[in-house]
Amino acid sequence: MVELTLPKNSKVKAGKVWPKPAGAKRLTEFRIYRWDPDDGENPRIDTYFVDRDDCGPMILDAIIWIKNKIDATLTFRRSCREGVCGSCAMNIDGLNTLACTQAIDDVAAPVKIYPLPHQPVIKDLVPDLSNFYTQYAAIQPWLHTETPAPQKEWLQSHEEREKLDGLYECILCACCSTSCPSYWWNPERYMGPAALLQAYRWISDSRDEATGERLDFLEDPFRLYRCHTIMNCSQACPKGLNPAKAIAQIKKKMVERQL
Amino acid sequence: MKTPFARVRGLGTAHSGTEHFWMQRLTGIANLPLIIAFLVVIVSLVGSSQASVIATLSNPFVAMILLAALMSVLIHMRIGMQVIIEDYVHTELRKILLLMANTFFTLAVAIAAVYAILKINFGL
Repeated sequence: MVELTLPKNSKVKAGKVWPKPAGAKRLTEFRIYRWDPDDGENPRIDTYFVDRDDCGPMILDAIIWIKNKIDATLTFRRSCREGVCGSCAMNIDGLNTLACTQAIDDVAAPVKIYPLPHQPVIKDLVPDLSNFYTQYAAIQPWLHTETPAPQKEWLQSHEEREKLDGLYECILCACCSTSCPSYWWNPERYMGPAALLQAYRWISDSRDEATGERLDFLEDPFRLYRCHTIMNCSQACPKGLNPAKAIAQIKKKMVERQL
Repeated sequence: MKTPFARVRGLGTAHSGTEHFWMQRLTGIANLPLIIAFLVVIVSLVGSSQASVIATLSNPFVAMILLAALMSVLIHMRIGMQVIIEDYVHTELRKILLLMANTFFTLAVAIAAVYAILKINFGL
């Protein structure tokens, strides 16, 4: 059901304002969502001041700087720091994006950071994405063939390969799915933009022989047709992909096989 | 204590939804000219006497346009409302009752409107 108000124990309270670093000339204020599963307290917003002359240009640089220099308990995921792994997806200044590819100067100060919306929080900025990953597994993201595998490789023309552009680049950061209101209201029945874009990546692969089965799996009022072209997914995608278009293509294929 | 995979697979696919999607587009496109025609008829009748309103609505062409507009708009309305209910209402019983109410309401509007147009045309 639509949740317009947060449950009592999820209401976000004012948190600690950490002291400004001594001797810093250029400061940027960060307001970051904090929640610890162990202390029984409500979530809170902590305020930090980052010394910009001692810190790299990206949001991820800033939160690593905070963790190293101010508050070691701040918890978040990060790995590649260059927009390839998708670990550091979070809600920055109201938009889901990757902390590592978002410049601090491109965001209005104070910088507000929350975990990805409408997912269970494990701690601070770390959401539980089990459902999201399971949906990806459910679309069976690998090549399905009946024809015996050729001696060398499955061939594909340049034109056929081009059809995968804009699809294969998805890094499963979950920025799109967790920005989608349809996904918020029906996270278990609606597959969400990321899983659907990945599904379309296999539907449009010339080598795959299970296009019909893949469409069968998605032909459902909830799995596919909860998409109401709200387009938050395409706006959020930090890789510049267009999940809304991929979903529209799947719907087109559904109509195509009926008419 | 279901596994995430059992939850995601749920009751499986309903193998439907495309018809619904197609019908919403089809009626959406039909609504465009039909609603314009409907508005033209209504606006042209503003301030007319009852006799001239009845005369206009008794024109077979006008009556058919109105009937077509009603059918297209009401189908569009019903399936649109159905999607909204499915989006937001997750209690199974409440959802089913609302979906039933949605159909009954649409049918009531349709029957009343069609009856009115037929009565004007044929003086039933």
